[in-house]
Amino acid sequence: METALRTSLPETELASRANFAPHARVVREERPVHTSGPPLSIRGLRKSFGDNEVLRGIDLHIPAGQFVAVVGKSGCGKSTLLRLIAGLERIDAGSISFGGEIQPEDIRVMFQEPRLLPWARVLANVEVGLGRDRASGDAHARAEKALAEVGLADKREQWPSVLSGGQKQRVALARALVSRPRVLAFDEPLGALDALTRISMQRLLERVWRDQGFTAILVTHDVAEAVALADRVLVIEEGRIAHDVVVNAARPRQRGSAELAGLEGSILSHLLSADDRT
Amino acid sequence: MSLIDSISLPRSVRLPRVDGLIQWIVPLAIIAIWQLASVTGFVPTRVLPAPSDVVLAGWKLLLSGELVRNIWVSFWRASIGFLIGGSIGFAFGLANGLSQLSAKLTDTTLQMVRNVPHLALIPLVILWFGIDESAKLFLVALGVFFPIYLNTLHGIRTVDPQLIEMGRIYGMTDGELFRRVIFPGALPSIFVGIRFALGIMWLTLIVAETIAASSGLGYMAMQAREFMLIDVVVLSILIYALLGKLADSASRVLERLTLAWHPAFQKR
Ligand SMILES: Nc1ncnc2c1ncn2[C@@H]1O[C@H](COP(=O)(O)OP(=O)(O)OP(=O)(O)O)[C@@H](O)[C@H]1O
Ligand SMILES: [Mg+2]
Repeated sequence: METALRTSLPETELASRANFAPHARVVREERPVHTSGPPLSIRGLRKSFGDNEVLRGIDLHIPAGQFVAVVGKSGCGKSTLLRLIAGLERIDAGSISFGGEIQPEDIRVMFQEPRLLPWARVLANVEVGLGRDRASGDAHARAEKALAEVGLADKREQWPSVLSGGQKQRVALARALVSRPRVLAFDEPLGALDALTRISMQRLLERVWRDQGFTAILVTHDVAEAVALADRVLVIEEGRIAHDVVVNAARPRQRGSAELAGLEGSILSHLLSADDRT
Repeated sequence: MSLIDSISLPRSVRLPRVDGLIQWIVPLAIIAIWQLASVTGFVPTRVLPAPSDVVLAGWKLLLSGELVRNIWVSFWRASIGFLIGGSIGFAFGLANGLSQLSAKLTDTTLQMVRNVPHLALIPLVILWFGIDESAKLFLVALGVFFPIYLNTLHGIRTVDPQLIEMGRIYGMTDGELFRRVIFPGALPSIFVGIRFALGIMWLTLIVAETIAASSGLGYMAMQAREFMLIDVVVLSILIYALLGKLADSASRVLERLTLAWHPAFQKR
């Protein structure tokens, strides 16, 4: 089944991918070729805001370079978990450890809003992502390369206000990628985009993840997106990981295939049954 | 101008020139009707001199050097007072926008002082400074201070917190964060303050020069009134209007140059 899928890759699928990757490879492995991402271990993680106990003991191990999706109903603490991993919030109890030393530049976050500086040109916005390397001599070149990676090299001198929502989000992705992060945390980065733009952005995300091999954590409310992109889908309920679903489908994945649809259905029913109980 | 030239669309090159003409149609028409009304005797010259008389009076004063001297004195007072009051207002706005401690310490006091109309201080200021230069500078600076202080403070407080968080995530130092995120974010609001302050600057100066001065445009108008030189009075008023317009245009140009990123300033 998997080999058949790989050899009979539809022409259209290849052609549309070629837009983003002129050098699209026909044979793709299931895992990133090289992994720069560290493994991630979370033990007994707790977080409350006042009386509101949001996370009540998260235990999780993410192997190096894995693509993990986090789903759950609104307000269950997905963003909180992500912000804790990215070091934007203080931990109440428990621990988060990456295998070995990690620098601030190694972790990048992408939000639902692009958060571009409206008063800086596109290229300057990407350069912001270099962190402390901003002043270095090759800053321009690196930013241009990252911009080319997301297919926006020709927009480098534009103001963000003239870009479309999808283009802004691609600039934000270039900014996140330019420092070659080892962990990328996405908080519903595609939530505000229309269906078609979403799909092309999902392909872009998958491609850069394969090329760069970072460890990816994607928070999304779209279960179809989660099973299309992730190696593994975590369902958060009542402050804990209630389900841990492995997605074994080969990449590139066929949208709407029976296998993915089945997985999507079972995850959705988990979510809905949790909803009924409350 | 160079901004307009650099856009290759023929439509947007032509339009500003037409717009530039359109805005002068109404003032020119008013002057024409005014001249007509004076010449036909419809409006007695005792009430309102003809535009040609005003121009003539202006020409005489120009030749005697009196006009240039008085304009220069008023212009000097306006700009120095603006610079002093504006910089102090800007400094307080920055300090109180960036530091909680500074805001707690001074904001309430400043808000209280703000509620005193600064022109009500004229008698006190005359007692303090006489009709010296410092009296006018003090009043202008005081009038200009508040709009700039309030709008700088407001601009800094309303910078998108998500952008500030973004800056911190990407490792900006406090200085960089100010330079690259907070200050540019506050700039549109600061410009609103500057435009308000320019209006207050002229108003204050006119009042101060009419009441307590021995030179300047307001003084010239008051002198002319005593000698019943109504053409000079009208001339002074027109020059005030022109200077006000000039200051406003200058701030607009500055705004357009520094806020080129803002959707409101992008030409379609
Ligand atoms: N800074 C904060 N202060 C107080 N409460 C907070 C804060 N951040 C989050 N919360 C609370 O924590 C809970 C979880 O919020 P979180 O943003 O993590 O949810 P989420 O799963 O991302 O929801 P959504 O899918 O709607 O984005 C919510 O009840 C929210 O009100
Ligand atoms: Mg959220």
